[in-house]
Amino acid sequence: MKSPIIIRVKQKQIAQLVSHGKRLDGRGLTDYRELQLETGVVGRAEGSARVRLGKTEVLVGIKIEVGKPFADVPNKGVLTVNAELTALASPSFAPGPPSENAIELARVVDRGIRESKAIVLEELCVEPGKKVFIVFVDVYILNHDGNLIDASAMAALAALINTKMFNYEVKEGEIKVKPGYTPLPVKNYPIAVTFAKINDKLIVDPWLEEEQVMDARLTITTDKDGNICALQKGGYGYFTTQQILEAAKIAKNKAEELRKRVVKG
Amino acid sequence: MPKKKTKKLIDKNGVRIDGRELNKLRPIKLEVGILDNADGSAYIEQGKNKILVGVYGPKEVHPKHLAISDRALLRCRYHMAPFSVQERKSPAPSRRERELSKVIKEALQPAIFVKYYPRTSIELFIEVLQADGGTRCASLTAASLALADAGIPMRDLVAACAAGKVEGHLALDLNDTEDKEGEADLPVAWIPTLNAVTLLQMDGKVTLEEFEQLVNMAIEGCKQIYPLQKEALKAKYIAVKEEVKE
Repeated sequence: MKSPIIIRVKQKQIAQLVSHGKRLDGRGLTDYRELQLETGVVGRAEGSARVRLGKTEVLVGIKIEVGKPFADVPNKGVLTVNAELTALASPSFAPGPPSENAIELARVVDRGIRESKAIVLEELCVEPGKKVFIVFVDVYILNHDGNLIDASAMAALAALINTKMFNYEVKEGEIKVKPGYTPLPVKNYPIAVTFAKINDKLIVDPWLEEEQVMDARLTITTDKDGNICALQKGGYGYFTTQQILEAAKIAKNKAEELRKRVVKG
Repeated sequence: MPKKKTKKLIDKNGVRIDGRELNKLRPIKLEVGILDNADGSAYIEQGKNKILVGVYGPKEVHPKHLAISDRALLRCRYHMAPFSVQERKSPAPSRRERELSKVIKEALQPAIFVKYYPRTSIELFIEVLQADGGTRCASLTAASLALADAGIPMRDLVAACAAGKVEGHLALDLNDTEDKEGEADLPVAWIPTLNAVTLLQMDGKVTLEEFEQLVNMAIEGCKQIYPLQKEALKAKYIAVKEEVKE
């Protein structure tokens, strides 16, 4: 563990630098850290991706199972997102039932995929009201160095694009697996862009120590057409309307840059 | 059964299924100080929503290791009663409820002088007795009143309101049907004196221009709710004053 005194000194430095438009690691206020992306990293999973954003590292695996649809949408497949803040990723994570942070992370990633209609869930219906495919998106945080939301959202999207579903045919209500695979119907590409507010200034892609200094956090997810499809404010501070609208514009542009990287693979 | 859209949600005159115009709130009833045992409490009815909020504290933190040396720990539990919705909801806290508890807590804390009460906890319990869309906002509106009623020093009250997109129209304070069948819902919490947005979420799909309009629309809603909150808070003390006169 780092000494809290050093952290205090550093926090002050981070905050002062930001008010001068600079950051401790030399980035500009709206620069992302280096992004590395790898897909198909887990052979057993139907789809997988590993994203490194600076030192933050996230692994996402996709599993597909057959199950029952929800009663109110009988002709749609089911999307389930879960996030695991593995205890090996940070001294602040503990094993056990999901913390509120893990739940929030999963739900923000879920919202982006769901609301942008990234997966065409109608195509995952086998028999309306009885049998559909359930897509499990499991987000594994392997190293925590800040901005878990953006890294997880990108890894989830990359993994979904990478996912191959087994071919099947329906015989007497039973699903029979046929040889060969088809890609999952992914038609939209949501990208989350997270801002931190430090000294009344907005920065994107905060790393861990900036997250410890920030007043508040805002995640804006945009789809491939530039529409906003999900928002989440976090942290104990606040934003002004002006800051929110400024962030939305930056998010749209940043997402376009990132999307090219993720969709290409 | 596949859903059939038999009725349009907004007619050609811009009137909604509950008879409101697009920029109108649902009727709101607020009451303060209605629970005997709680240090502070409030009750809100907004449309068909019925929500009860109780505050306990500042008090000793249990377990002790959670205490924060320089400020109070704000804890919040947003919970929906099993009978509050059409199909019975399991009483165990869902992931949605855990998330809402977190964002509500984070929306209220900027208004509270938490540094005045180090090593204590302030506990906020929200029970949704009947839900009809927009419960997180209604909960927040009532929760800030309950905190004030508990005598906890605050910078201001927090007002909350949602705006959304329904059948292509931007509308204020969506009800359950509009929320479920509409295109987008954007809840906002706002602290008037700081001009601060402390809760901001959205799901759906809107353009950048619509987003700007929705944020402003939701804040306009908050501006209408704020005087109702102040009135409700005063009403409690006016009632006490009249009791003393008699």
